[in-house]
Amino acid sequence: MDDNVKISIRHLYKIFGDNPKSVLAEVQAGMGKPELLESRNHVLGLSDINVDMHEGKITVIMGLSGSGKSTLIRHLNRLIEPTSGEVLVDGENILTWNEARLRTLRRETMSMVFQKFALLPHRTVLENAGMALATRGKSRKEFEGDANRWLDRVGLGGYGGHYPYQLSGGMQQRVGIARALTSNSGIMLMDEAFSALDPLIRTDMQDLLIELQAELHKTIVFITHDLDEALKLADHLVILKDGLVVQQGEPQHILLNPADPYIEDFVSDINRARVLRVRSIMDSSSGEGEFSGEVDHDDNLENVIAMAEGALDRRFRVTQDGKPVGTLEMPAIMRALVPRRSARETARG
Amino acid sequence: MLSGIAMATYDGVIDALGLREWCGGGDGGGGSAPMSMQELLARSRGESGGGGDGGSLWDLPFPSLDTLHDACAAIPETRDLTLGLERGFLSIRDALRVVVDPVTQPLSWMLRESLAVMTNTPWWIMMPLLLALVWLVSRSWRIVGFVAMSLALLALVDHYDAAMQTLAIIFVCAFICVLIGVPIGIAMSRSDRLQRIVIPILDMLQTLPPFVYLIPLIFLFSVTEPKLYGIAIILYAIVPVVRLTDLGIRLVDRDVIEAADAFGMTSRQKLFGVQIPLALPNIMAGVNQTIMMSLAMVVIASLVSAPGLGVLVLRGIRSLELGVGLVAGFGIVLLAIMLDRVTKASLARIDASQAKR
Repeated sequence: MDDNVKISIRHLYKIFGDNPKSVLAEVQAGMGKPELLESRNHVLGLSDINVDMHEGKITVIMGLSGSGKSTLIRHLNRLIEPTSGEVLVDGENILTWNEARLRTLRRETMSMVFQKFALLPHRTVLENAGMALATRGKSRKEFEGDANRWLDRVGLGGYGGHYPYQLSGGMQQRVGIARALTSNSGIMLMDEAFSALDPLIRTDMQDLLIELQAELHKTIVFITHDLDEALKLADHLVILKDGLVVQQGEPQHILLNPADPYIEDFVSDINRARVLRVRSIMDSSSGEGEFSGEVDHDDNLENVIAMAEGALDRRFRVTQDGKPVGTLEMPAIMRALVPRRSARETARG
Repeated sequence: MLSGIAMATYDGVIDALGLREWCGGGDGGGGSAPMSMQELLARSRGESGGGGDGGSLWDLPFPSLDTLHDACAAIPETRDLTLGLERGFLSIRDALRVVVDPVTQPLSWMLRESLAVMTNTPWWIMMPLLLALVWLVSRSWRIVGFVAMSLALLALVDHYDAAMQTLAIIFVCAFICVLIGVPIGIAMSRSDRLQRIVIPILDMLQTLPPFVYLIPLIFLFSVTEPKLYGIAIILYAIVPVVRLTDLGIRLVDRDVIEAADAFGMTSRQKLFGVQIPLALPNIMAGVNQTIMMSLAMVVIASLVSAPGLGVLVLRGIRSLELGVGLVAGFGIVLLAIMLDRVTKASLARIDASQAKR
């Protein structure tokens, strides 16, 4: 997997209101969201966003409702126009593109999966799956093969003749994913794709996505408000708050080194043992001595604790593809399981 | 001299404003126009009553055009306004005819043809044909049975020809309403400005009493031409299909539209592939209303020579033939129920084929 930057967002601002350009300078000078609303009656949607999204990776943008995450993803295919800034796809600024070129981008380079599925209710599952190809002018005969293949792949083989309303929510979203895959685009935008599903189905869909990604290596931009989901899927995690990027980076790194109290709060409720991986906390100097066993670098801590049967005096050799890459001692695990606190809070508490 | 009481009510005001000069001399009223009934009455009352000036505040007339005209001849009477409208219309009539006549000629032709076809085809071909159409649209034997019974009942009391004439007119007018109304509705849904312009016109068409359409149309076309009543029916019945097409397209789920955009559909692909199919239930509801309204208008249009059941109702009123009027009225109700049930059934079929979730 190469590490090319596929999509790059540069100094992106989005202000909602009657005359966004007029207040842009003040926002760029640092006026905050509440102040802007109070004094100028404009809403700050996004403020100075800079994110690089790497080819073949899953970039998760996480934030609570109102943080601007859905606005942000719509800038990537220009369903929403920014007030200022650049969006580079393969190094080209798509904001300068004309309508025809933009349409080609939407048809061939990017596909999208929606929170509320947004399938065409009057078309069959097969026609929905082939929507991207049909839009490019392919006849039913031409897209049928591709559409059926991807429907099979997402576990909907044989449902091609059904209508969306005949399927459950989870199945409808599988159609949504098949639709995005059939377009055969390199980039997939997923806007809270699993948020409307119930937890069990959501887990299934996350597993499906991980499985597909291992095979297809698409550039995926995934929006969610669910931290567990974000940590499960993300190669690169971007946390948004009030239109600002609060912290971005490798999810394990964010978990172990939260940048501010907001993120600490955010990560304090999750099951750290399940999310943290051995590789994030191991000692990479391959120490000598007795080992009570071997663990893979990508194992989560829960598995290691189970392996140690709860005993604290164990010491493991960490391996990657069978080769030793480090050591892990149980006390390190225990320390990692305690949520980090900022210096200020520790002093107070 | 006593007539001066009525004439002079606002004389003082005119004088005070210094408009006497403009009014053309001090002599109010002058007598250029013939004396109105009120003036006559006032004079006779004044003469018999005799006493007082009669200028009490209680009797103060509203300063209407007629009253002001009495005080000042330069102010026009209300009758001048209506006369002016009439003359204005008559003066543009010929020019209007040059444009409107050829444009609407196909309507006359269609109405004549359809009337001829529906009444000249023998009943034993026409009735099965209509029933087949009902089956095609509704797919319900219950409704086919109901229509068959209703038609048979109408034919039994010798109202078959009149009913066919009414149906022929409705078919043509409703068809043209859809042909014109749906594109207007689509255009409205895509432009807020057009919507703001068209909605007041639709409101006016809907609230104007149907008889009022007929007046200018009678001046424009000869009463023997079918398009006279055709236009009146279309103007009256086109409103719901325009409104509901506009509404239907505007109500299409925004998420679905966003998905269509995200996959790079052109606006044409979006319109024909997404918006119109999803607005179809609303559009069909509009078509249903349009058909019902053209049925209502076809009765009134019998005043201007539209044939059919309406003529019989009119005969019932004109020559006080109670039975004739009532039977024809009942026939119209039967037609209305038939048309409504059939269009509703087809609407339900469309709904069922795309029920959401």
